[in-house]
Amino acid sequence: MKAFRIFSRNVRDALKSVFRNFSLSLASISCITITLIVVAISVILSFNVNNFATLVEKDVTIVAFLNLDITADQRQEVSTKINALDNIESVTFQSKVEIANEMMESSEVFKNIMSNWSEEESPIQDTYLVKVVDIEAIGKTAEEIKKIEGVSVVKYGEGMVEQLISVFDIVRKITIGMVVALIIVTAFLITNTIKITIFSRRREIEIMRLVGASNINIKIPFLFEGLFLGILGSIIPIVITIYGYVALYTHFDGQMFSPFIKLIEPQPFVYMVSGFLLVVGILVGMYGSFRAVKKYLKV
Amino acid sequence: MDIIRFQHVKKQYKTGVTAIHDLSLNIEKGDFVFIIGSTGCGKSTLVKMIYRAEKPSSGKILVGGIDVAKLRDSKVYKIRRKIGVVFQDFQLLARSTVYENVAFALEVFGLPKSEIHSKVLKALDLVGLKHKAKNYPNQLSGGEQQRVAIARAIVNGPKLLICDEPTGNLDEVTSMGIMNVLEEINKLGTTIIMVTHDNEIVNRMKKRVILLDSGRILKDYEKGTYTHESIQNI
Repeated sequence: MKAFRIFSRNVRDALKSVFRNFSLSLASISCITITLIVVAISVILSFNVNNFATLVEKDVTIVAFLNLDITADQRQEVSTKINALDNIESVTFQSKVEIANEMMESSEVFKNIMSNWSEEESPIQDTYLVKVVDIEAIGKTAEEIKKIEGVSVVKYGEGMVEQLISVFDIVRKITIGMVVALIIVTAFLITNTIKITIFSRRREIEIMRLVGASNINIKIPFLFEGLFLGILGSIIPIVITIYGYVALYTHFDGQMFSPFIKLIEPQPFVYMVSGFLLVVGILVGMYGSFRAVKKYLKV
Repeated sequence: MDIIRFQHVKKQYKTGVTAIHDLSLNIEKGDFVFIIGSTGCGKSTLVKMIYRAEKPSSGKILVGGIDVAKLRDSKVYKIRRKIGVVFQDFQLLARSTVYENVAFALEVFGLPKSEIHSKVLKALDLVGLKHKAKNYPNQLSGGEQQRVAIARAIVNGPKLLICDEPTGNLDEVTSMGIMNVLEEINKLGTTIIMVTHDNEIVNRMKKRVILLDSGRILKDYEKGTYTHESIQNI
C-alpha cells in the first residue's frame, strides 16, 4: 500500500512535470515521434524484404528445357543424371502437352493459336523443374544441368532475384543508419529536457533531501518523466503504423509491383510492430532521463 | 543521555581552510542549545555536519548513537528523517500552499492521506498558522513563512531540530514570536540546536550557549549563565 502511494505520487509528479515544461517536452516528444516513424518504416521494410526473400528462395526453380527430338529413354537418362547431382531437392517432369494445356487455360489468345498445333508441330519443349537445396549454389547447379546431354536450355531467373534483394538490402541499411542516428539525437534531447526539469526543481529536490527522501525517491520521478515522454512520442507512429500499413496493404492488394512480391498480412504484424515501437520509445525516453539523472542529480 | 556527541572532530575544506579544529562536544536529549560566534567561526559547518550536509575530515559525530561520519551517502536519508532543519531563507515551495509545503515532507515517505492531514494540521496548529493552510508563501509575512518552515521541520516528529539562523531575516518582535514557537516545541521533548548571531535573543532565552571562535569552542555556558556582558569580557 505504501509502495503504491509512493508510486502514484511519482507518476503524478512526472506527469505534472511533462506538462509544466510543455514546450520542452513537446520538442522531445516530436523527436521521439520522428525517430519512431523512421523505425517503423525500417522495421516494416526489413520484415517484408525478409519475408519476400524467404518466399522467393522457396520458389526459385531451375527449368531445364529438353531437346525437341528427345526420346523417352533419353529423357529418363537426363532425369537420372540430374538426380545424381549435388544440391538437388526435387525433380519434376512437365511434358510439352501439360505446358501447352496450362498456357491455353491461362489465355484465350494462346488457346486460339495453340489448339491448331499437332504434337509434332508444337515448338514447346518438355521440361524438368528442378528445386535446389542451397539457393546460393543455384548458378553452379544450373551450369551442371546444362552440360547434360539432351538439355537444350536452362533458366532460373538469374540476376533478377539477387538484384531485387540487394536493392532492398541497401534501402534497409540506410534506414537502420538513420534510425541509429535519430535515436542518439533523441536521447540527447531527452537528457536535455530532464536536465532542465532537474534545474527547475532544484529547490524541491533540495527540500526532499532535507526531509529525508531516499535517492531512489528523488530519482524515480525523473525516470518516469522520460518514460512518459517515450509513451507520448510513440502514439503517432503507432497510429501511422496500424492505419498506414493496412491502407498500403489494401491499396496494393497484398502485393508490390508484381504478384511475385507479397506483403506480410497486416494482422498481427502491425500490432507486433506497434509493440516494438512502444518499447523502443520507452527505452529511449528512460535512457535519456537516466543519463540526465546520473549526470545532473548527484545525491 | 546524549543525543549528540562530537569527538575530536576536524573539518578541513578542499580549499585548505580549516573550519573546525579538534572539537569535542556533548548535547543532551531535550536540551535547547545556542551556537554563537562571529561570521566564519564555523557555526554553520558544525550543524551541517550533524545532518550530514558536510562530512568531517576526522573524528566521530554520534547522532542518536549513529556515527554520521561513517554513514554511506545512500543511507544519509535515514538520519535526515530523524532531524528537522530550518534555515534563514525558509526554503518553501512558492507554487505550493502552506498545507502542501508541510505535507510535502510526509508525502515523500508515502504516508496515507488521512495521516498526513492530521499531522499537518497538528504541526500548523503548533506554529499558530492553521488558519492560513490554504495561503501561498508569498501571501505570508517573513515570520509566518518561517513558521511554515518550522512546521515542515517538525511534522515528522523529529527528535532533533536544527535551526540555522532562523531569525536572521526577521525583526525583533517577529523573532521573539519564532523563539516562543521553538520553546514550545522544545517543551514537547524535541532537542533544539540553534545557530544565531542575535545576542538579544540568546540573552533573553537563558539557555545553554556554546561560543565558537575560529572553529574552536571558546566557551560553553551552562543553562542560564550567559549574559550579553559576559561575552564582552572575553
